[in-house]
Amino acid sequence: MSYLSIKNISKKFNGGEADEVVALDGINLDIADNEFICLVGPSGCGKTTLLRIIAGLETATSGTVVLTDHEITDPDPERGMVFQEYSLFPWMTVSENVAFGLEMKGIDKETRNAKALEYIDLVGLKQFKNSYPHELSGGMRQRVAIARALATDPAVLLMDEPFGALDARTRNTMQRELLAICERTKKTVLFVTHSVDEAVFLSDRVVIMSARPGKIQEIVEINLPRPRDRTAPDFGDLRRHILNMMGEQTS
Amino acid sequence: MASKKKRDIRSILLPVSAVLMFIVIWQIAGMFVGNAFIMPSFTDTLSAFINMVTGDGTIAMDLYYSLMHFAMGMTAALIVGICVGAAMGWFYDFNRFINPVIELFRPIPPLAWIPFAIIWFGLSNFAAGFIIFIGAVFPILVNTYTGFRNVPKVFLEAGKVLGCNTNIALIRRIAFPSAYPSIISGIRVAMGVGWMCLVGAEIFGAGSGKYGLGKNLWTYYNLHQMPNVVVYMIILGLIGLLIDILFRHYVNTQMLKWQDDAL
Ligand SMILES: Nc1ncnc2c1ncn2[C@@H]1O[C@H](COP(=O)(O)OP(=O)(O)OP(=O)(O)O)[C@@H](O)[C@H]1O
Ligand SMILES: [Mg+2]
Repeated sequence: MSYLSIKNISKKFNGGEADEVVALDGINLDIADNEFICLVGPSGCGKTTLLRIIAGLETATSGTVVLTDHEITDPDPERGMVFQEYSLFPWMTVSENVAFGLEMKGIDKETRNAKALEYIDLVGLKQFKNSYPHELSGGMRQRVAIARALATDPAVLLMDEPFGALDARTRNTMQRELLAICERTKKTVLFVTHSVDEAVFLSDRVVIMSARPGKIQEIVEINLPRPRDRTAPDFGDLRRHILNMMGEQTS
Repeated sequence: MASKKKRDIRSILLPVSAVLMFIVIWQIAGMFVGNAFIMPSFTDTLSAFINMVTGDGTIAMDLYYSLMHFAMGMTAALIVGICVGAAMGWFYDFNRFINPVIELFRPIPPLAWIPFAIIWFGLSNFAAGFIIFIGAVFPILVNTYTGFRNVPKVFLEAGKVLGCNTNIALIRRIAFPSAYPSIISGIRVAMGVGWMCLVGAEIFGAGSGKYGLGKNLWTYYNLHQMPNVVVYMIILGLIGLLIDILFRHYVNTQMLKWQDDAL
């Protein structure tokens, strides 16, 4: 039995009208507990839409998403989300932002601040804990958003191009940290990326999507031992295979 | 270093000399006209001012009553404007329901309410407060509404996935802070309008007893003591300015630390 089960999900925007968009068409995906899934595919193929449906922020036109025993209908902190766009609360400091989810859980101030600081430290921004988001760079903001999503310790993590704005070095560090956290806290992750290298490095399976209408084109298992070596020959083979698959759909 | 100091001196010197120049021209014009009823000169005004502050304390009472009218009207406008504006911004149907009524009342100039203010509240402080309320409530209401309407969707969604799920919590923790800059600029406009309405309301008799800056500005006019009228005009202007400066200072230091640019 799978942990997170995406059953026959379709999503139409502006259904029945002239500008109808079929964003997703019959998506089926069974995800195991503690599995790391990367979603890759061309811009506009419905990756964000799929994540939003799983988060409970969008209702599917048909199909269901089942997490363990319950169908997903509404947002819930059991499913954390890192948004593609800028989503930090500008009126809160970095530490207030990160502690917000804990505050909503009713955790007392001292405990949540300590916990928040832990995650701020993890993303390397300890000295900015009292800064406001407008004082941070784009990549730093994105790291705060990641810390905020992790702080509430959700069972499922939905991450929409979270490392897109980071430099190569920070990106590699963040990838390793993320894997360590997921291992330690047993998370199930859906991770959207445009970097095939990142997908092969992180995931247990890479889901390749095709556009208009958004469908699953292929699922590639990554059976490389961890920690992975980006320069290893079989790493390169998998990367090439996925790039070829993605190339096919554009031609 | 030297050039910075020079610029600092200039930034004081230039405005001060402009004011001094204005006073000189004013004085010359007053002396040229030679009639304190048509054109009270600077010295006429200054001696009127000195007489007032050393006199029976009417001016202090006027100030007290006017600020009281202003505070009453602004308090009511803040409560009503923010509550109704927030509800309109948050609940779409409430907006559709109430908006036509608001749009009907909004263009009525506040001073047109004076007759009914006096009929409903008598010649009381409440009548003057009511006129200021009418003038101030709409800018606050409209800006609160706009601020709530423009809360970025992603903030609300981020709140929801972090467990902020009830209407009350979302309004209090997400929508309200996000709408804050808009509400603040509404309040600032409202205070300007309210201060203008104050003088009109008091002149037309709304307000109790014999005190109020607007009221006695009019009394002095009726007594043909025009230098006193000028003193009151200046006081009204300076207090309006002072209120705005204090408000901006308070907002910039206390509330909107998180914004790029200050008010
Ligand atoms: N709210 C909406 N209303 C109408 N159409 C929408 C809406 N949201 C998304 N779409 C459409 O659905 C399709 C999929 O969008 P989605 O944002 O899921 O793409 P994506 O795969 O995340 O793309 P990218 O890689 O650029 O982020 C697009 O064609 C988009 O125009
Ligand atoms: Mg997207």
